[in-house]
Amino acid sequence: MDAAAVFERTELGRLVAILAADGYRVIGPTRRGTAIVYGDIAGDADFAIGLIDEQEGGTYRLREVDDPRVFNATAGQTSCRQYLFAPRQRLWSAERTGTGFRLAEDSAGAEPPLAFIGVRACDLAAVGVQDRVFGGHYPDPRYMMRRRRALIVAVACARAGNTCFCASMGGGPEVGPGHDLALTELVDGGRHVFVAETGSERGALLLARLDPRPATGAEIAAARAQTEAVKGRMGREMVAGGPEAIRANPEHPRWHEVAGRCLTCTNCTLVCPTCFCSTAEDVADLGNARTERWQRWDSCFTLDFSYIHGGSVRKTAASRYRQWITHKLSTWWDQFGMSGCVGCGRCIAWCPVGIDITEEARAIRDSQ
Amino acid sequence: MPARKPKLAVWKFTSCDGCQLSLLDCEDDLLAIADRFEIAVFLEATRHRARGPYDVSVLEGSVSTPHEVERVRDIRRQSKFLIALGACATAGGIQALRNFRDVRGFLDLVYARPDHIDTLPTSTPMADHVPVDFELRGCPPSGKQIVEVLGAYLAGRKPVVPGHSQCVECKVAGTVCVMVNGGIPCMGPVTQAGCGNLCPSRGRGCYGCFGPMETPNAPSLAAWFGRLGQDSRDILRLFRNYNPETAAFRAESERHG
Repeated sequence: MDAAAVFERTELGRLVAILAADGYRVIGPTRRGTAIVYGDIAGDADFAIGLIDEQEGGTYRLREVDDPRVFNATAGQTSCRQYLFAPRQRLWSAERTGTGFRLAEDSAGAEPPLAFIGVRACDLAAVGVQDRVFGGHYPDPRYMMRRRRALIVAVACARAGNTCFCASMGGGPEVGPGHDLALTELVDGGRHVFVAETGSERGALLLARLDPRPATGAEIAAARAQTEAVKGRMGREMVAGGPEAIRANPEHPRWHEVAGRCLTCTNCTLVCPTCFCSTAEDVADLGNARTERWQRWDSCFTLDFSYIHGGSVRKTAASRYRQWITHKLSTWWDQFGMSGCVGCGRCIAWCPVGIDITEEARAIRDSQ
Repeated sequence: MPARKPKLAVWKFTSCDGCQLSLLDCEDDLLAIADRFEIAVFLEATRHRARGPYDVSVLEGSVSTPHEVERVRDIRRQSKFLIALGACATAGGIQALRNFRDVRGFLDLVYARPDHIDTLPTSTPMADHVPVDFELRGCPPSGKQIVEVLGAYLAGRKPVVPGHSQCVECKVAGTVCVMVNGGIPCMGPVTQAGCGNLCPSRGRGCYGCFGPMETPNAPSLAAWFGRLGQDSRDILRLFRNYNPETAAFRAESERHG
């Protein structure tokens, strides 16, 4: 943080305007109904200011607070995932032409580039996980196109939620690599500034347009202290040895216990910022002249997901929950050399019946 | 493409006609449907009526009278491919609420001459009476899925009608969960997707119009409804709605009755 700069709170609206003028679609935390989601930001007023989230297993509520912070909410239902890895997108279409057919492939190139403002450390870490998944042996051209063009302004959390456990997963609260700019929001009496660090050349050029000044030693220390304090306020913790215990106990009775609660509804996987599974659906017109192939988010909790000739492999809820959590916490390492979980806690809050990944891992570890 | 257009017949049983209207509402695709099929019977659209046999019969409504038992068998005999359309035809519909009561009592209460009424004690789905080739859920079904099923029939492929929960539609659409965020009891987690995310996207809990999803865990969801402040009567009503006669919803409603 030695080369950190500081810009005033009032510059944030200008940051949005600059990005919009540069042709970016600006995305940030905004209020939709009674929740904060990632959504389009046209100006300063679109940020969810004066609101904090209160989360528990199966529960998410907003509360108004007398606090000028712009980025005061923790992870909500949505993440960068639905922008970079679209929930439903057309891959290609084909038209009949006399004796043959003509193919047309869809690309993400025609979309405006994305600029994310207010990306949490956990969400940035999740983008890093998906970069590894979609940029590996068989790169996904649409994801990679959007990702290469995207600009990310990350913000270190000033508070942690009840379902947060990034500190025990290494997903935060310090902002890791992958950002263009990393901000820490400091509010102290009448002073309201952002301490900024650059993560790329593009980020440095952007920062220079915001009328920054060099950060003082005190500001750098305050920013560090704020993030450090968040570590101690995590509402959840992934126990040490949890992932190993899960892997070592595929026949544990706990799988059947959790299956009694699990709805196999897919919510945990669809709010997870790292889950990457999709399926393909073919849509043909009634005239038999045109067909389209669409990609749609899928989940290891559906029967179709493990369907092979003759039926589904994972028929029981126990086998599907075990598959998800084992992959997420353990076998992801074998596949991608990293954890599939960043500790954002979304799967806990948005499980309709509040099933808690940290609690399940703890239960299996403690019973050994 | 076959030289002869397949003959399509749409039949009404005990129902409100909403499923037929869903087909009629497929405005953009109606001409294509009429182009690819010979519309042999479709009383909501035309008085023209062609004799069987039929390549495809679409059945709306449930079986609730002795006469309908005979009729569905007759239609089955005349049809190569039989589609049960909507909650009534696939699950007995909302009128299957009678299955939990004494229908005789209703007749005496409603009709001056109940002896003129010839009805069955239960309302049941088509599959209880004849083999059904495809069941398309919903009260009413989605026009998009109707077109998909007819298109898949023409192409000789399996229709894309997933059995997963309504939650998938909410998450794909970016709809914030009404139960987690608003504490609204929502049948979405145990209900099959397909409606197009109608109620949750407007801030309402799912009513379960599409019936149980592929692997419903009704007891777990009902227990959570209890935590949200719903009493036994509320929970019974949530499960005893448009698809009360389906195994999962019936069993759960009976636990609260």
